[in-house]
Amino acid sequence: MADFDAIVIGAGTVGAAIGYGLGQRKWRVLVLDGADTDFRAARANFGLVWSQGKGRGMPAYQDLTKRSSDMWREFHRELCASAGGAQIDYQHAGGIAFCQGDDGFEERKALIEALDDEYRSAFADAGEPDVEMLSRDQVQDLMPDLRLGNSVSGASFGRRDGHVNPLQLLSALHKAIQAQGNEIRGRTTVDKIRPKAGGCEVSSGDLRWQAGRVIIAAGIASGALGRSLGLDVPIRAQRGQVLVTQRLAPVLPLPCSGLRQTAEGTIMIGATKEEVGADVSVTARASAWLSRKTIKIAPDLARAQLVRHWSGLRIMTPDGHPVYAQSEEHPGIFVASCHSGVTLAAVHADELAGHIAAGALPASYNPFHHRRFDVQTAH
Amino acid sequence: MKTEHDILIVGAGPAGMAAAVQLADLGFAPLVIDEQAMPGGQIWRASEGPRSDAVRRALGPEYAEGADRVARFRLSGVDYMPGTRLWHIEPGFQVFMSRDETAFSRRYRAVLLATGAQERPVPVPGWTLPGVMTVGAAQILLKTSAQIPEAPVWIAGSGPLPLLYMRQLLALGGQVAGFLDTTPKGQASRVLPHAMAALRGRGDLIKGVKWLRQLRATGLPWLRGVRDVQALGQDRIEAVRYTAADGRVHEQSAQVLLLHEGVVPSIHTTLAMNCEHDWSEAQGCFIPRTDERGMTSVDGLFLAGDGAGIGGALAAEERGRIAALGIAGRLGQDAPAAHLHAAHAGLARRLASRPVIDALYPPSEAQIPDETVICRCEELTAGDIRVAARLHRGGPNQVKAYTRCGMGPCQGRQCGYSVNRILSEEYGQSRAETGFFRIRPPLKPVTLGELAALEEGREAP
Amino acid sequence: MFKQLTDPKEPGFQVFVDGMAVSARPGDTVAAVLLRTPPHLARHTPVRESPRAPFCLMGVCFDCLATVDDQTSVQTCLVEARPGMRIERPRGKLKVAQ
Repeated sequence: MADFDAIVIGAGTVGAAIGYGLGQRKWRVLVLDGADTDFRAARANFGLVWSQGKGRGMPAYQDLTKRSSDMWREFHRELCASAGGAQIDYQHAGGIAFCQGDDGFEERKALIEALDDEYRSAFADAGEPDVEMLSRDQVQDLMPDLRLGNSVSGASFGRRDGHVNPLQLLSALHKAIQAQGNEIRGRTTVDKIRPKAGGCEVSSGDLRWQAGRVIIAAGIASGALGRSLGLDVPIRAQRGQVLVTQRLAPVLPLPCSGLRQTAEGTIMIGATKEEVGADVSVTARASAWLSRKTIKIAPDLARAQLVRHWSGLRIMTPDGHPVYAQSEEHPGIFVASCHSGVTLAAVHADELAGHIAAGALPASYNPFHHRRFDVQTAH
Repeated sequence: MKTEHDILIVGAGPAGMAAAVQLADLGFAPLVIDEQAMPGGQIWRASEGPRSDAVRRALGPEYAEGADRVARFRLSGVDYMPGTRLWHIEPGFQVFMSRDETAFSRRYRAVLLATGAQERPVPVPGWTLPGVMTVGAAQILLKTSAQIPEAPVWIAGSGPLPLLYMRQLLALGGQVAGFLDTTPKGQASRVLPHAMAALRGRGDLIKGVKWLRQLRATGLPWLRGVRDVQALGQDRIEAVRYTAADGRVHEQSAQVLLLHEGVVPSIHTTLAMNCEHDWSEAQGCFIPRTDERGMTSVDGLFLAGDGAGIGGALAAEERGRIAALGIAGRLGQDAPAAHLHAAHAGLARRLASRPVIDALYPPSEAQIPDETVICRCEELTAGDIRVAARLHRGGPNQVKAYTRCGMGPCQGRQCGYSVNRILSEEYGQSRAETGFFRIRPPLKPVTLGELAALEEGREAP
Repeated sequence: MFKQLTDPKEPGFQVFVDGMAVSARPGDTVAAVLLRTPPHLARHTPVRESPRAPFCLMGVCFDCLATVDDQTSVQTCLVEARPGMRIERPRGKLKVAQ
């Protein structure tokens, strides 16, 4: 008999949300986590629950993001309760993406309209648009304590957007998983997944566990783990450098793309997009550029002290969109990979965990299969 | 001052000054930067400062040597930039600093870290209350400002520094309410194995024994085998509580409590540079690995002084000279081998009595009570760390992520070893295995305005 | 909390702590001045507004942060007092909004 109903490889935001979702269905789950110094996208997450501007070229992803955003409030409530009253700082009252100069405003407007067109052509029942363009004055009214820089021409405002403390989210997921009676094994690096009759065996050194389902949600390591199992997902790491300031009195009432004030008062500033492989070093070039970008939007932040600067690796697929798939050769083995683990946490814990438990991903998940990349490379 | 130098020396204490003088003698022109306003480091801090004869006498001959060293450093003509903070080093070495609220960066072929040591944090309940400070802090106040506690002071901990400070304080008419000596009883047997080595550094030990006798003769209340020291109070310390050797708990009013449990190398810069570090059982701390020329595991990055292992000012100077010779060799000018031999012989002599001191004053292994704040910046307790450890089973970096411990402006300089100790206890593993926080820039806070004005990075990275 | 063993020959000067004139001497760090000036604090923390005084005096604890001549979050143990210097002891989080 299998030791567990499911083993989730990866205790980051994606793996933990799926593990938690399975636990909510009373499954016996083992969640395995890697070493202390592993690359951890979850730890470098910016903390936005964000839908505006995402999903160009894949309306199914737009829809997934919007669904997850709509589910977030309930997900948050349930998770806090499941984690024994854990605190997860969370605000869902819209978000801002600043535009600089007239060109920047027009460019943003065109993108938002194009996304809306794509969405409407794929989903006949699409409701009212969830993003609107705001003038500079309208932005200033929304953020009275923030003196806007001269170059700010306006912003797009997404009503489905918000932000959350990503580390508290991850911590609460871990707490909830344990409260469900399931186990998270830390500092356990998986080296092999072996399909067996009626399930799979997962090993780490001399340790072995068996389960009916195995979900690979190991971030940058997912590619290598799935390769021989019919889950050959092309994943690369994209470096993102992030800055955090000292704690400030409230100045940013809403999260902004690349700029948000946490509940503790620190300002998070992000993020670079660098194709440098799995290199997590940080550069003064990036901190200077990020600072300059920030001061252009909010000149008063020039006085704020930078206290931390780090880099994380985004888990990127060739088109930047998520991958969800079940192995055809070895049913029961799934892969989940995305770089928006926070936004999609609600959908991962609810829908995706449900489909995995049922043993099949529905047709609406077909666009997320990694075979889409085979088609692209065949051209 | 030149604007281009091949060599950067970080820190103008004993090691940095000795290295600078040595390099100048060899014809090099390094730049020395230091956070303080004056050269001398912590040990010889404010050596050039105005001071009355009484204070000078009380500070003693070891401190007086500093004036001579600082004068020699000044005379060497080496470029020296006080009030300058190092906040980032990139390979190459591109070094980022700030001075007068202006950030700048320059390139060096070799960098010598002579950033010294810090006092080992002593997390006890109430140690964040105003009125509680370190012994080193009180001594610095004496050096820079001829400043002593107004009321009789409580001193808790162990090591040579409390003894030295009390001696200086008493000489200036200050008063000690009590010395809560936390050195475990029966240390003599632990010291014996080191006696042979110590014979070579007999001078230091004889000096120590003489001090002890003099201090005892003052009749100051010296309580041995004390444990569980706590500071009590609302907005400042009002009382000190401790358990005496006989197990009785005492509580007495207090205005100032000074803590000390030895010093540990400053490792933030070497950690940020991903240098190899080893756990030292003898000194209870991580020590960056260096070779016989003072170079770390990072090519071209040198280390000297107490940052390379606690040895005191005179050992720091020898290490400074060794690193200077190492740097000269690396830049193509090998000094006569005799110089290096002489410096190593000097270092061995200066370190001879160290094993005795290490064995006499081992760092406390007592469990940190749950309610004790360990992260002064984020105000997190030992209990918070234990809860996170039991929940996530992660190492220091994961615990930091989940709790914010070590995320404040001090960047783990005060809580790093406490987290290391608590996690080692929780997981039943060695301190070396648990490791330390990953350290990232800025090594010292820098404003967004300063960063934005940097010439680097005009384009998006 | 602390007192200075003053030498009458040594000339002093004034600095201002929260607007109040306080005497200082050459070589004094700002932190040293704060430790002689009631209520002997540097700041109240941004996390819980707990009172804190200079603690390590060697630049590693960041408990002596204060505003010096409008420069916020200065490590006062690393800065020498100068005639006329204005020192403010912050309470809680830094306010950047005008």
